[in-house]
Amino acid sequence: MTKTELLFDLTVGAGDGWIGEIPIGGAVRITDLEGNQAADTLFYDARDYANRYSAVDTIREQGAVYLTTGSVLRTVNAEALATIVEDTCGRHDTIGGACSQESNVVRYGGHTRYQHACRATFLRQAIEWGRGLEKRDLTHNVNFFMNVPLTPQGGLTFADGVSAPGKYVELRAERDLLVLVSNCPQLNNPCNGYNPTPIQLTGWAAP
Amino acid sequence: MTRGFEIPGGAADSLRLRRHRALTLTCLGDGANVSMLIYAADNPLDRLNIPDTLKAQMSARIAAPMVLMSDMGRALASVTGSSLDWHDAITGHSLEVHIEQRHGASSYAAHGNGWRRSARAGLLDELWKHGLGARDLHASINWFTKVAPAADARGTLAFVPGHAVAGDWVTLRAEQDLLVVLSTSPHPLDPAEGWRPAGVSVSAQEVAAPGGDDASRTFRAESARALAVTEGSLL
Repeated sequence: MTKTELLFDLTVGAGDGWIGEIPIGGAVRITDLEGNQAADTLFYDARDYANRYSAVDTIREQGAVYLTTGSVLRTVNAEALATIVEDTCGRHDTIGGACSQESNVVRYGGHTRYQHACRATFLRQAIEWGRGLEKRDLTHNVNFFMNVPLTPQGGLTFADGVSAPGKYVELRAERDLLVLVSNCPQLNNPCNGYNPTPIQLTGWAAP
Repeated sequence: MTRGFEIPGGAADSLRLRRHRALTLTCLGDGANVSMLIYAADNPLDRLNIPDTLKAQMSARIAAPMVLMSDMGRALASVTGSSLDWHDAITGHSLEVHIEQRHGASSYAAHGNGWRRSARAGLLDELWKHGLGARDLHASINWFTKVAPAADARGTLAFVPGHAVAGDWVTLRAEQDLLVVLSTSPHPLDPAEGWRPAGVSVSAQEVAAPGGDDASRTFRAESARALAVTEGSLL
């Protein structure tokens, strides 16, 4: 889309996070700098945090599981939050959720209990934002650049990444947005190619 | 001892389910749907997490003998049996807009207790009774509903009509004390014409704690670890 005033252009290191606002009509680009990196992301209506991203309402309203160009990310009230306007990766997950220390124990065993995880990043960013966000506001997220294929027989797997260095996804804000990102530190499955790497976040104001 | 009651179609309810009690839902008509939210009674911040439940057990649906896992890695309940092998958990529950678009506007003043209420309206009514609210919503399980993905590039979803008929059932065993919130309003993708939501019968009975050979424990290493965390034998 036509670019206007640059709001931010920053790198988020592996295992780090970011929280910030995009005004209505503005855009945010997430770039997978080194490839095969999962960017776990939550979206909120910046004027009403309870009107937040909902994976299941988004999936149902578009009648399809995966997110790509044209997908409208919707709130728990099925209202449009953002539209994916560019996608050089081609497919993104929103069923796999974010990793947590506790879910790592269930999935991989007790030895992973003290490994860093996305939901610790989400929680720290949310609390430090300091405007009332807390644990119960952390819901099922988007996993940009992550590949979680479902089968007609009801199977689900975490597959090898479909992303590559420099692939990016760009979203247009359909209302004033709060965006919360965890650059996934997961080491126990192929979502990051077993090697978490940085992502780039670039934001623009409305044209 | 079994105790039970019936919930009519289009209604909502909430109940406390004690550890090692089994809850059985049975469809009283064809095409029933029960949209359900589940919270740990001792800490409602710990609640059903559908992504964690599905990815840990490599499933796109809910079916026996899966363990329903909480946000903090605990077993909330186990699906110990069902007449159906697919219950939806990835397409959410009905909002007011869905019911109004399909069935027309409705109100108590116009339709009395037969008014057409969405699952969301009913679930929020019940959540508020327990001091919870919209910020505590999570992806619901839609018992008796099947919405299957195609093998195409988008993962196109299709609602499967006729999936559940009268008499279909599912049984959950609580693995800790739970708050269960549910609605019997139709699934938003159900194309059925006319407002005839099916009710369900609900019964609860005490059952044994899961043993070492319990089907939910032996299902997968992940299921076993979620049970072990809840039982205090792992971490």
